[in-house]
Amino acid sequence: MKVLYFAWLRTKAGVGEEEVAPPAEVTTVGALVEWLKGRDPALAEAFADMRLIRVAVNQDYAGLDHCVGTGDEVAFFPPVTGG
Amino acid sequence: MIRVQAEDFDAGAELAAFASGNGRVGGVCMFLGLVRDYMGDGTEVSAMTLEHYPGMTEKQLAAIETEARRRWPLEDTLIIHRHGRLAAGDRIVLVATASAHRDAAFESCRFLMDWLKTKAPFWKIEHTSAGDRWVEAKEADESQAARWNKA
Repeated sequence: MKVLYFAWLRTKAGVGEEEVAPPAEVTTVGALVEWLKGRDPALAEAFADMRLIRVAVNQDYAGLDHCVGTGDEVAFFPPVTGG
Repeated sequence: MIRVQAEDFDAGAELAAFASGNGRVGGVCMFLGLVRDYMGDGTEVSAMTLEHYPGMTEKQLAAIETEARRRWPLEDTLIIHRHGRLAAGDRIVLVATASAHRDAAFESCRFLMDWLKTKAPFWKIEHTSAGDRWVEAKEADESQAARWNKA
């Protein structure tokens, strides 16, 4: 599974993208967030308030209950500010 | 058409070429977004850098364009959005719409900008005399985009 971070989340995570292999019980975005928080204190801080974070699964917006699995691309980022 | 690019564009040339030769077009509306040289609190902004999510950006812009064409009878649409480092005064974004009549052109142009502001994955970091600062999303942008949800 590929995980991407953008804007200040990328700065917090220290990387723009990483390949991760969470355990089989991680089947939703919400479970992935909890798993990522457990392995990186900086991400635990960044993900403290998920209302501030937007999520995309395979380049479409998704909620915390959205399914994720092997081969998926999951991106985390702050609300967008283009235009 | 959608173009996501680092290079500048010639707004006049784009407008002249847009929907040219299509005799059904009676009105064209264009919005051009520029880099302001100040922040909300008055601090001077010398430049900004636009980061985006390659792949998702194009996918979301295409979805927004499709939605505009579903809602209005459009002959053509154009979205150009730049990324990378931009100086104060530089062009950031161009949205143009063409239709037989002005209402559809005006409304869909506004719709495209409002939805782009809240859905296209771009992020701005401003470079100021006080340091670099990630721009925060504005509540007003959400409410301006939300008013199109009723349609």
